[in-house]
Amino acid sequence: MGRVERIWVYLSATPLLWLAATLVAFEAGSWIFRRSGGRALANPVPIAVAIVILLLRLTGTPYETYFEGAQFVHFLLGPATVALAVPLYQNRARVREALVPMLSALAAGSATAIVSAVLLAKALGASTETLRSIAPKSATTPIAMAVSEQLGGFPSLTAAFVIATGITGAVIVTPLLDALRIRDWRGRGFSAGVAAHGLGTARAFQVNELAGTFAGLGLALNGIATAVLAPILFRFFR
Amino acid sequence: MVTALTLLLCCQLAGEFSARVLGLPIPGPVLGMLLLFALLLGRSRILEPVREPSYALLRHLSLLFVPAGVGLIRHTGRLRAELWPILVAVVISTAATVAVTALVFQLVAGAGKGER
Repeated sequence: MGRVERIWVYLSATPLLWLAATLVAFEAGSWIFRRSGGRALANPVPIAVAIVILLLRLTGTPYETYFEGAQFVHFLLGPATVALAVPLYQNRARVREALVPMLSALAAGSATAIVSAVLLAKALGASTETLRSIAPKSATTPIAMAVSEQLGGFPSLTAAFVIATGITGAVIVTPLLDALRIRDWRGRGFSAGVAAHGLGTARAFQVNELAGTFAGLGLALNGIATAVLAPILFRFFR
Repeated sequence: MVTALTLLLCCQLAGEFSARVLGLPIPGPVLGMLLLFALLLGRSRILEPVREPSYALLRHLSLLFVPAGVGLIRHTGRLRAELWPILVAVVISTAATVAVTALVFQLVAGAGKGER
């Protein structure tokens, strides 16, 4: 075994390598994002994901090995979700004012997310397992996986749909809401959180703190709404 | 920083614990967020130590989704086999959800009354 290969064998067995790779890929994604003038289409997350997938493919590294390093970043999703309480608290007066529009938008948005995904996939000939797994795609990952299991889908496939939905949402919200001429930061953020959970929320925080706060509420409320609505609505598609 | 991290992790832990004990379908961190919100309402002086570290985490929220995003490679088989139905359903349904949610919000909040 050559010297370089020995170093590679050592490094590829420690979490350090893929943790560093995740951060470097994200820095590269952020650099491209800034260079593009902060365009929504150059969102750093899909760029970083593509770079890491390419690296894993080139080195023949399995996802499990990658995750041993990346889990340190992944773990922070929990405390970050708890931290959403801080902007929520600081903006509580404006949240209270918007309670009625929020709950109305939640009911309409949550039902749209479930019904449109299942109907479109069904019309285009997706398999039954795919339909069951795609129904909760707009909810945050842990809730979506639990709902998928309840419907008879594959929770891990659902996790992939949830991420794809989040990336799509983060990329399209800004141009879509601009085209619809929606300027209220509360409604903009809330719709990003309802449709695209944490990734929509992350995108909203990049743009405006009030939008981020409402996105966090959209994420939490749509998680709960999907857990209630998906099993009821899915009965109509059997 | 340490105080904030301790508080965030303890809220998450309490959230995970109560979700399991009560058999709720809500994730632990979401319950933890509600708990921290209730704590802040009760004692506003805990805001000071948690504020900056919380915003620091939230400013980098996007980064935290990269490992889960890379998880897409575990499903390349099915994603390739059903590429069109999945792609169309995800993209159109996400766009429809954003549009419907934002339009209903705007309609109910009253056009023009919102923040600019």
